[in-house]
Amino acid sequence: MHSANPLLKLESVSRDFDVSQPWLNRVIEREPRRILRAVDRVSFEVKSGETLALVGESGCGKSTVARLIAGLYAPSEGRIEFRGRRLQMIFQDPYASLNPRWRVRKIIAEPMIFLDGGKPIGELLLQVGLSPDDAERYPHEFSGGQRQRISIARALAGEPELLICDEPTSALDVSVQAQILNLMADLQDRLGLTYLFISHNLAVVSLVADRVGVMYLGRIVELANAADLFARPRHPYSRMLLDALPDLGMTGKPRTPVAGEVPNPLAPPAGCPFHPRCPHANARCQVEVPRFAGGVACHAVEEGRI
Amino acid sequence: MILEIKDLTVQFPTRRGILTAVDSISFSIAPGEVLGVVGESGAGKSMTGLAVIGLLEPPGRIAAGEVRLEGRRIDHLKHEEMRRIRGRKIGVIFQDPLTSLNPLYTIGQQLEETILTHLPLNKNQARERALSLLREVGIPAPEARYGAYPHHFSGGMRQRVVIALALAAEPRLLIADEPTTALDVSIQAQIIALIKRLAGERGAAVMLITHDMGVIAETAQRVAVMYAGRVVEIGPVRDVIHSPRHPYTVGLMGSIPKIGIRQERLLQIEGAMPRLNAIPPGCAFNPRCPRRFERCLVERPDLLSAGSSRAACWLHALS
Repeated sequence: MHSANPLLKLESVSRDFDVSQPWLNRVIEREPRRILRAVDRVSFEVKSGETLALVGESGCGKSTVARLIAGLYAPSEGRIEFRGRRLQMIFQDPYASLNPRWRVRKIIAEPMIFLDGGKPIGELLLQVGLSPDDAERYPHEFSGGQRQRISIARALAGEPELLICDEPTSALDVSVQAQILNLMADLQDRLGLTYLFISHNLAVVSLVADRVGVMYLGRIVELANAADLFARPRHPYSRMLLDALPDLGMTGKPRTPVAGEVPNPLAPPAGCPFHPRCPHANARCQVEVPRFAGGVACHAVEEGRI
Repeated sequence: MILEIKDLTVQFPTRRGILTAVDSISFSIAPGEVLGVVGESGAGKSMTGLAVIGLLEPPGRIAAGEVRLEGRRIDHLKHEEMRRIRGRKIGVIFQDPLTSLNPLYTIGQQLEETILTHLPLNKNQARERALSLLREVGIPAPEARYGAYPHHFSGGMRQRVVIALALAAEPRLLIADEPTTALDVSIQAQIIALIKRLAGERGAAVMLITHDMGVIAETAQRVAVMYAGRVVEIGPVRDVIHSPRHPYTVGLMGSIPKIGIRQERLLQIEGAMPRLNAIPPGCAFNPRCPRRFERCLVERPDLLSAGSSRAACWLHALS
């Protein structure tokens, strides 16, 4: 996991959000301040040229990590080190992330203000499978998949080393998703890009990722090579996620029923945050937070119980 | 057969001409059977569901064809009559549970009201039934949650309440439109298991509308694949998934990333589904089809027998 020269390094990064009632309500109703810890001591590295994916269910903090790295939030604790010069971000909703009043030319040219020169717009459009003539059109003239291509062209215009992709295909139909995933793979080969890929879709992650971090309630519970994680998940939560996936092969494999839901992040359980849903939890799991060691944060794995 | 649809056509008259959202489709669902209806946005799958339950938004209307529920035609019923059938005979589950729940009433009140409207029970019996329904859909400690409002529940729990509501009057037909799309995978698996169990145990027919082939593979016995308002392939789930007969289904299956299979690239269907006002002549899929020939450009194929499935593709006219 420790390479000599990672492009991006997070050291014990946390982010708190203050979700308290307004001051007057707190005084009258005698309520304390309420702090939501969206990301809790997350550490990982991303090597140049690889794709690291973060997966997890809604509210696990994966998008907050993306926003911390992009500088859209400041970390409450910890350090984020980016050794490249530029990074760009692609968002989930291709309808909300493009300015509807701007022509495509202006949208794509925007990141170039930080460059001397930059590539011609037509070339960038060709690179993402659009036509140079599209530069004079407005976003509403394009379908969802084409808009996501425009987002990618805009990101590439800034000549980034690192591309942060926050659920880039979740809003798209499967056939369009396939087009965008193929395009992203081609661009990575051609331009040597590094991707941080955020997704809740394990099948997509298994296709694109070199390494995968599984997040649960703000923490990384397992970090492993994609091939290892999908063949032999170690953390009980990773196992549960993989087990819950609909089986397209229709092998009729027996599956352990998934129990429970993600707890309220405002009042996370003591000890290991996963212990109320974990079939392997014991007394220690209820009181002691497991340390992240050897790619997994789990007492049962550490003790050799599973 | 519980549900029989024959040559159903849904049209939207607009200023620029008539748009055909659902174009002459036919299928039926037997008791205890789950039929999956799959397709991409705009394929007409939700429109088909809305047409069956009589909830098409005007100016949308059923322009041709018929819908039969247990042999009785329901496509031309009056609003009031249709309202009695919805709820009593047809249960509906939508993607967003909050649209189906009234935020001002407790879930207990909403269940009781539905039960009292449709079944000849008194208030105590209705309460008993409501509690047993909540237990059946997997809501822990239903007595304690009975007086709670929809906003007290998480997304997965809300969807369970909606399913309990849909089942309140023992409907013969359940229409589930993307019931798991808004939910996380672990919750999705629980809801799928629930729908499957209900079809099996109660002998209800289920029409499961979704864009997720994985959900269909887990739940349905047969699947209808829709494209540009038509059913392009229909058959047993296993056959459609493992040996698709229509080039669109082949492309669709190839576009889905699969865990455990090393692949560098996904199979890609070029282009996008045509808009309703620009459906090409001949087969609607022909501009994107890698196997098209002259006949596809001029003549529109109907469903033709292809193995154990049926596919609307001229390739199967040859054999």
